[in-house]
Amino acid sequence: MFRFLLTRVSLVIPTFIGITLLVFVLVRLIPGDPIETMAGERGIDPAEHARLVHEYGFDKPVIVQYGLYLARLIHGDLGRSIVTHKTVIEEFTSLFPATVELSLCALAFALLIGIPVGIIAAVRRNSIFDQGIMGLSLTGYSMPIFWWGLLLILLFSVQLGWTPVSGRIAVLYFVEAKTGFLLIDTLLAGDIDAFWSAVSHLILPAIVLGTVPLAVIARMTRSAMLEVLGEDYIRTARAKGLSGFRVVTVHAFRNALIPVVTVIGLQIGVLFTGAILTETIFSWPGVGKWLIDGIARRDYPVLQGGTLLIGSIIMAINLAVDMTYGLINPRIRHQR
Amino acid sequence: MSHTRSLSALAILAALFATPVSAKTLVYCSEGSPENFYPGINTTGTSFDANSQIYSRIVDFERGTTNVVPGLAEKWDISKDGTVYTFHLRKGVKWHSNANFKPTRDLNADDIMFMFERQWKPDNPYFKVTSSNHSYFNDMGMPKLLKSVEKVDAYTVKVTLNAPEAPFLSDLAMEYAGVQSKEYADAMLKAGTPEKIDQEPIGSGPFYLVQYQKDAIIRYKAFPQFWGGKAKIDDLIFSITPDASVRWAKLQKGECHVMPYPNPADLDAMRKDPNVTVLEQPGLNIGYLAYNTTKKPFDDVRVRKALNMAMNKKAIVEAVFLSTGVPATNPIPPTMWSYNKSIKDDPYDPEAAKKLLAEAGYPNGFETDLWAMPVQRPYNPNAKRIAELMQADLAKVGVKAKIVSYEWGEYRKRAQAGEHQMAQLGWTGDNGDPDNFLNTLLGCAAAKSNGSNIAKFCYQPFEDLVQKAKTTSDQAERTKLYEEAQVIFKQQAPWFTIAHSVQLKPVRKEVIGFKLSPFGRHTFYGVDLK
Repeated sequence: MFRFLLTRVSLVIPTFIGITLLVFVLVRLIPGDPIETMAGERGIDPAEHARLVHEYGFDKPVIVQYGLYLARLIHGDLGRSIVTHKTVIEEFTSLFPATVELSLCALAFALLIGIPVGIIAAVRRNSIFDQGIMGLSLTGYSMPIFWWGLLLILLFSVQLGWTPVSGRIAVLYFVEAKTGFLLIDTLLAGDIDAFWSAVSHLILPAIVLGTVPLAVIARMTRSAMLEVLGEDYIRTARAKGLSGFRVVTVHAFRNALIPVVTVIGLQIGVLFTGAILTETIFSWPGVGKWLIDGIARRDYPVLQGGTLLIGSIIMAINLAVDMTYGLINPRIRHQR
Repeated sequence: MSHTRSLSALAILAALFATPVSAKTLVYCSEGSPENFYPGINTTGTSFDANSQIYSRIVDFERGTTNVVPGLAEKWDISKDGTVYTFHLRKGVKWHSNANFKPTRDLNADDIMFMFERQWKPDNPYFKVTSSNHSYFNDMGMPKLLKSVEKVDAYTVKVTLNAPEAPFLSDLAMEYAGVQSKEYADAMLKAGTPEKIDQEPIGSGPFYLVQYQKDAIIRYKAFPQFWGGKAKIDDLIFSITPDASVRWAKLQKGECHVMPYPNPADLDAMRKDPNVTVLEQPGLNIGYLAYNTTKKPFDDVRVRKALNMAMNKKAIVEAVFLSTGVPATNPIPPTMWSYNKSIKDDPYDPEAAKKLLAEAGYPNGFETDLWAMPVQRPYNPNAKRIAELMQADLAKVGVKAKIVSYEWGEYRKRAQAGEHQMAQLGWTGDNGDPDNFLNTLLGCAAAKSNGSNIAKFCYQPFEDLVQKAKTTSDQAERTKLYEEAQVIFKQQAPWFTIAHSVQLKPVRKEVIGFKLSPFGRHTFYGVDLK
């Protein structure tokens, strides 16, 4: 296990350097520099432009800029936003809990519905339920997030008035950010009304963000279960007289979990990508919207730092997912 | 039964999630987050909106107009030659306070000096704090214009200019000239955290900042000791909502009272909504197509005039702006003083255009480029679509136009360098002074390389009028000069003026006294709720 972990961690280092290089080069390939972009149609005096380019160090050769960036990175310095002039770390840490809260709720939504539905669809293969669910999941998978979000807002918020339109909490609640997770902060503050407000604000964005992972998880669970349900040991278990429920949940499901867990791990990346659009629609103050603004304003430090931090988190999550294989399937544990 | 039960459950859920709105809390669904809380380095309207609630300026624009009225200075004297301005400051102006700092004195001349020196003098310890890019201060020509700023006494400041400048007071009413507390700045410098003054602002404006969470919310409270009297509302909230359709959904639901920048597609529904009023007014802007007057064939006024007649402006504005633009005749918007109403626009007349082209030596037309911005701008919702319509119209008179575009920063840079033959661009006014359009966009100095005059138009009779108006302090006389300049502009046709985009502001009916700012700003002092 330790060797496995060591091998995986050693793979992380080149990936990490690869991300820094890729992002560094890609953001500089976007035409236009941050200072020109800030100027808009007003333009900027060439001497002033040159002075600012020098001040930000953009006049140095790209390789030197990259070297300096790496050197600062080693010291944990991700730089300052060119637009807000706050440190990238400060901005990321203030926005990231919102993205995590939304992503976790979306994932919970996808798992709590996707797995049972996938199992039932497999057990009742070719039934109307199975066909209906698979049709719906294909629709969910193909749904453009932006359109889906606006549709839900118009129906549930504007027409029916059941949920708030956007934001994380009703504007009148003033909850001090202790953890950054509003569900926790509201409870810590002992304000139950604010908690319910935060919950109500999470419903639509979690559904929108969780729709694609839900569809993928449901389909993957179904196909993995179908494969396992045809195995000899399942027939043996049934022959032994075990209840259908036990056969499905204990014998079949545990063995079907490996591909499902892999897909869940991959969905974390999908959740972060989806968060960019979902956050824009629902005015959710997370890192997705922050990165989009970073691109529009050519805010190099934000783009470099933000992508690197998110990339590192996704790598860590996937590493954790790999480690769970051993827990799920003892054979994998022994192979290691 | 179960249906009824689930409906009841939903009703309870809805009631649980509903939030009571306090009578005097105004919620504005703003479109984005401010860059920071220092207006001296801000470049976006979003940031100015967030900051103008907090800071006061020496002079102000009267709400809803471009008229300059007293601000922190209750009166001022201007020397006969127009180069010395002596500002007499209000006494008893209180500063906000926060957890880091409690002011010990009222606003005085030191604070005004600090506002100028922080943006002007590179040796000021705050010059580089947060950013050294004092964009608007530089753009308004302050570094060259200012000769000296002196503190005469605690409540008098004397500003001496290198040359008379009629728009100077209007320049000082702009947001970049928001006054920060020198005492706070000194305290933070001493504490080793100078940037705090731009993040946790202390101003003397009608509202003080309570909380800011990026991309989520800005929370203000009315400042009871504001020198102009406490605001009518108690709390002001900017609920940051980037998507226009979502802003509209929130306005409909009553989750906000005022929203900016609606989607044109939602306008019909907005006008039909009984709870909403759509305020509208042509904005202080202009979208235009500039002919490069230094390049053939556009150095010939007949060609420019012919092209002006060849393009169907009304059809272009209707097709692209929908109901959010009015065709432009003059280079300044109709809401600006000195707008010359007597000028008639060039008619749409392709036959006359052909004749004029033949007269100019182009009976079979010619080939040209036609630049279109790659981005949507406040004065032009879709430059590429406009270019296509222009291209079709020009083809009818034999002019083959090739549409060209670049990345936005690159586009502006190349257009300002004069690489184009025809290029679309536009402008949004800064200070409500005609000089800010006629001199900034069409003056000879701006025609030099990298200036804002992308038509490279430098016509002496026009230049003389504009320069004379710049140094004349009598507004009636200036009006005459600018009216005359607009006549010359129309004769010389350096631009095909496209449109002034209309500022549209959906506001809920319970809001009282909200006035549209010609500058497109959103200020809430003086606004009340039913």
